[in-house]
Amino acid sequence: MATTGAEVPRVYGGAAGWISILIPVAIFAWLTQFLEPVAAGETVLLGVDWVPSMDIRLSLMIDGLSLTFALLISGIGALVTLYSTQYLGRHPEYPRFVLFLMLFMLGMLGLVLADNLIALFVFWEITTISSYLLIGFDSDSAKSRRSALQALLLTATGGLALLAGMIMLGAVAGSFELSVILGMGDEIRAHPLYLPILILFLAGAFTKSAQFPFHFWLPNAMAAPTPVSAYLHSATMVKAGVFLLARMNPALGGTEPWFWALVIAGGFTTVFASLLAVRQTDIKQVLAYTTLMALGALTLFIGAGTSDAIKAAMVFLVVHSLYKAALFLMIGLVDHETGTREVEELHGLARKMPVTFVAGALAAISMAGIPPLIGFIGKEFLYKAGLALDTAQLWVTGTIFAASVLMFVAAGISVARPFLGRLPDRLAGTHEGPAAMWIGPLTLGALGLVFGLSSDLAETWLVAPATWAVYGAETKVDLYLFREVNAAFLLSLATFAAGLVLYAAHRRLRAGMARAIEISPIRFDPAWDRLLDGLKALAAWQTGILQSGVLQRYMVTILATLAAAVAVTLWAQDALAPIEPGLAAQLAGLQLTHYAILGFICAGALLAAYTSSRMTAVAALGVVGVGVALIFIMFSAPDVAITQLLVETLTIVLVAVAMLKLPTLSLRTEARRPWHAALSVAVGGLVTLVLVGVLQGGLDRRLTDYFEAASWPEAYGRNIVNVILVDFRALDTFGEIAVVVIAALAAFALLRGTRTPRAGQEEGE
Amino acid sequence: MELLVAVMVGVMVAASVHLMLARNVLRFIFGLILISNAANLTIFAAGRLTPERPPLIPEGADAPAAQVANALPQALVLTAIVIGFGLFAFALTLVYRTYQTLGTLNSDEMRLAEPRGEDGS
Repeated sequence: MATTGAEVPRVYGGAAGWISILIPVAIFAWLTQFLEPVAAGETVLLGVDWVPSMDIRLSLMIDGLSLTFALLISGIGALVTLYSTQYLGRHPEYPRFVLFLMLFMLGMLGLVLADNLIALFVFWEITTISSYLLIGFDSDSAKSRRSALQALLLTATGGLALLAGMIMLGAVAGSFELSVILGMGDEIRAHPLYLPILILFLAGAFTKSAQFPFHFWLPNAMAAPTPVSAYLHSATMVKAGVFLLARMNPALGGTEPWFWALVIAGGFTTVFASLLAVRQTDIKQVLAYTTLMALGALTLFIGAGTSDAIKAAMVFLVVHSLYKAALFLMIGLVDHETGTREVEELHGLARKMPVTFVAGALAAISMAGIPPLIGFIGKEFLYKAGLALDTAQLWVTGTIFAASVLMFVAAGISVARPFLGRLPDRLAGTHEGPAAMWIGPLTLGALGLVFGLSSDLAETWLVAPATWAVYGAETKVDLYLFREVNAAFLLSLATFAAGLVLYAAHRRLRAGMARAIEISPIRFDPAWDRLLDGLKALAAWQTGILQSGVLQRYMVTILATLAAAVAVTLWAQDALAPIEPGLAAQLAGLQLTHYAILGFICAGALLAAYTSSRMTAVAALGVVGVGVALIFIMFSAPDVAITQLLVETLTIVLVAVAMLKLPTLSLRTEARRPWHAALSVAVGGLVTLVLVGVLQGGLDRRLTDYFEAASWPEAYGRNIVNVILVDFRALDTFGEIAVVVIAALAAFALLRGTRTPRAGQEEGE
Repeated sequence: MELLVAVMVGVMVAASVHLMLARNVLRFIFGLILISNAANLTIFAAGRLTPERPPLIPEGADAPAAQVANALPQALVLTAIVIGFGLFAFALTLVYRTYQTLGTLNSDEMRLAEPRGEDGS
């Protein structure tokens, strides 16, 4: 808590605090160098190859849109981090907070500046994850965790849809570079995949920017610390969806589906959210819902797509970022000093917190759209653009009128209610907050005034270049406060009148809204919970089926799948040709020894499978092993045969040693299951069929011929098999040795523990 | 001969599948040994069987004099035998250690990680 109003601004939080301020300031300073070329209509491209084999470049595209966003992100970022040093500087987890906030800021900057779609997606997900971490910053609170998870699941699901859309778009355009894609709008819009791409992009943008019906995560996200709400969930991250729409407008925009999807979702969100905003009593929640309204309005006007509409959207984007961040910071400051954000408990704070009041008032006047602040210009341009539309003129203008009236009321609730009127005794001891906390809102509020009075500043450096970038062509952008009495101006006057009337009655309005919500059957949050419960039940159900924990079932599933896949493939490929006469003719030349060996191996295998005696099984396996070695000897593989005999001996020795310690094989637990036998026969038969198929085909001897020819001249070895192992494929052999060594080490580790089975427990006690 | 080996490999695979479907993990290990052998024979036979002509280059010659056995599958099988042995040795140790700890070789009773639910058979 601040002790005196005249305290020197002090940065709490130590090094972390300083770093958190300096990074955005440095980025802001670096970005200002691009103002001039971008204002002249240039697009600056910077970049390095990242994963060249996959056509992924880490490239930056700095045009009017991305520069406006980047300046807002870094500028507001600097003010918010300064504010946070005071708000959270003494929090034990403050460095963690700074880390998350910086991660978010870099992700957000990358998102807006990226020229490559894949890079854009990666940055998009970074903002999702850092938003999750920041909403859940108060990790001891179940409500925070739930809100964080809800935001993560919704926006990440949208992110996945977006990724799919991006990959399709990249395939259609033949490039992932935005600078290429944005120039191919006509080809993309004519492509049959246009509609799926559009739907996937809209899913990503609408979830991120909390458009109806995905809106409910944003008010819940207010569980985050106030600087986070001001920064992520008002000024920057939630605008990522709007940014994406604006960015893709030259490539995807201008079609009927685009127009109606954006205009309907945006318009509905606008009215719906501004009604709910008036319903709230927690001022932070009021601001959360007005943020939704602003996002809806931006979506609406980007969808409308005329050059006037884009222009209005870009003005409103700047306007909203300035006033909304200021208001969030203001209410955080009030909360910090009084301990409450409830509108019914706060009155007359203007005398106790004059600086905060000035900052809040500037922002609120801008939000209400009263001249001479830039908010007025923003509202005028929205009206003008709406009135000039050919289609949906009434819908767009009507929703914006309704929303502007309710914005006016919400501005009154957020600032006039807490700061004006009689100071209750309970708040008599309130002081002005520390400078670090009012610098941010005051700067942002004052900027709204500066941009309003000298609108050329905002026009030249921010709005005009951003409009060109979104519209895809240079158009005339001319911002002015007042020129003539026209329809838009008259609508403004009507807005103020209606706003004043409704503000006077806002408590009755709120009560009415509360009743209306009570009787409305649709509840988003409980529906969300039911959805998650259903998902969990589904997961548990399918896990119970797939992951029974019974080894036998796993084996049956795997082997039956294998058998079915092979059988279907053999049948579908018509691979079951009759046996070639040549192959069958070989049988004639066989001697008794051949039959004897084959008979012994088969008998050994079957005996091993059916005996209930361990010793018999081991002996039968030994017969099989030796028989296989004999086959190797007969068919010209002496080295293999030697190895086989050696390994066979070792195997039997190991099994015999293990027998000393293991119990006897009890067959009583093994119920004879006929389908086990059937499955065994099926798998074995299929292996035979596949092997016969392989033997019928031609043999590709190219590698063998090479090894035979190169063995002596190149490697000076006469035993070709050995040369392959130790020379041509030496690295494979090395890997094989490594596997054996690792197996030995692992076995050693397992066995070492058995000697002192109780040692660990004793140490523990 | 290849045809007979193919049939025999089928018999070996069938026997090993039957062993691997057992609850007793020692039988599972036996199945593992058997199926390794079957796999090695499959690779060997797929490279065709050539009686009594090992892939060697006689003294003084630069290449084998006549058609010799296919050296490539032999090299592969040689590697596979050793790897298979490593796998077997480790699996056997694991079975042994499991028995020490859990006192059973029945895979259904090894339920530390996946406690038996209402679904267990």
